Amino acid sequence: MLVSEPKPTEEVLGYLRAGERAFLLACGGCAEVCGTGGEEALKKWRPVLEEAGHPLTGATVLPFLCNKALVGLRLARFREQVERADVVLVASCGVGVQATAQVLDKPVYPTANTITMGGLQGVWASEERCGRCGDCLLYYTGGICPHTVCPKGLLHGPCGGSQNGECELEPGRPCGWQRIYDRLKALGRLDLLARYRPPQDSQKGLDVPLARRKAPFWALEYLEED
Amino acid sequence: MRLRERLAKGEFVVTCEAAPPKGTDIEKALEDVKKLASHVHAFNVTDLQSSVLRMSSWALCALIAREGYEPILQMTCRDRNRLALQADLLGAWALGIENVLALTGDYPTLGDHPGARPVFDLDSVQLIATIQALNQGRDLAGNELQGSTDFFVGAVVNPGVEPLGPHVLKMRLKAERGAQFFQTQAVYDSEAFRKFIREVEDLEVPILAGVIPLKSAKMARFMNEHIAGIRVPEEVIQEMERAKTKEERKKRSVEICARIIREVKPYCQGIHLMPMGWEGLVPEILELSGLT
Repeated sequence: MLVSEPKPTEEVLGYLRAGERAFLLACGGCAEVCGTGGEEALKKWRPVLEEAGHPLTGATVLPFLCNKALVGLRLARFREQVERADVVLVASCGVGVQATAQVLDKPVYPTANTITMGGLQGVWASEERCGRCGDCLLYYTGGICPHTVCPKGLLHGPCGGSQNGECELEPGRPCGWQRIYDRLKALGRLDLLARYRPPQDSQKGLDVPLARRKAPFWALEYLEED
Repeated sequence: MRLRERLAKGEFVVTCEAAPPKGTDIEKALEDVKKLASHVHAFNVTDLQSSVLRMSSWALCALIAREGYEPILQMTCRDRNRLALQADLLGAWALGIENVLALTGDYPTLGDHPGARPVFDLDSVQLIATIQALNQGRDLAGNELQGSTDFFVGAVVNPGVEPLGPHVLKMRLKAERGAQFFQTQAVYDSEAFRKFIREVEDLEVPILAGVIPLKSAKMARFMNEHIAGIRVPEEVIQEMERAKTKEERKKRSVEICARIIREVKPYCQGIHLMPMGWEGLVPEILELSGLT
């Protein structure tokens, strides 16, 4: 189970420029159980966005946004609504946000912070990985996680070892920051990289906070094991 | 006069790399420093360069400062978290070290302890911001310090890297967070260097061009292939190839360095020499380039 918690409302609203239209996509998997995705997320974000002057072009819950192939397939039904939107807000863990960003040529922003992955069972790990930093940066990085695509987890661009788009670790390995740069350039949002990010709280990704252990998902976790 | 005063006055400065020993024998490192002391303004001491274990940078810096010379402490983000970095910075200041060069650091797998856990708790931009916080009398958590630092903060940039876009963006962030000078990867193509300078001249931060004497055509080819941002033009490699003996190669190497220095001098505020064992060539290089 991937444990996530909602980002502060002001932070998410701060991602949107005045009047931007949004498509809201919520995950019907772990995030639904954690209360950050599912119908609950649609109920929460719909009025918040509309009151802040961001019309919704559409909203839906899709099961397990971590599965990129299924996301692409199922989003096809909403193609027109997605196309009319300026941005897509994704209520899921960091994997779901990255998988969605991979299948859309639009800015894709997170509405949650991913804290831990818990014990993953029988999972086919795909390319989009989440660093569980508890302070999701996918808005700033074009929907590509800097913690997992850069071996050094750098937050302000490539190190001096990046050359021709390749990482210093081994030939042929793409530089994660070159990918982020290219994606933001294509989206016309290189301005996001000119912003300073203070050091993150490393404790956030280490364990599930006590408050979240009281949430229904925690009980469900134990039910599953019985 | 200190490095910061020289740069503030617009003086053309010369810094030279110094490597701490692999072990505790410091005589050779200090001897090299003493031999070059009258030729360069400051010694830039590497921090486990290429992730190969050596003595701490701050230790050799402190010994250099004790001899009356000016050290620049290289600090990478590879091996220390934000607590250890700040602790070493406070200690370095107390030991008389006034200049710091903030770098990301190579990945551990490039060195002689490939299984080491990489830290990278901060990145180079955040490290610069941290040093500036200490300069303001506060730690990274905002707590007040009893006695602050007043470091002169440097950063690095690799002008030969392709594509350059993301590196220039990061350089701008470094300057915005308080980098007071920049030092570059080795320059062999002065035309490319000039183009790079044009792109960043609005920053108004002094830039020191990196200079590495070529030891052979083979070394040049190796660097072109393996070191990010180093591009030795084919005609320069040919020049080295024509030198047959070691003495001839040294002479040719000095000529190439001096030529590059003369070409880049109008576009930067100093040079940073990385002799890599050919420390003995430094006085000749400086003389031939008209700097002494």
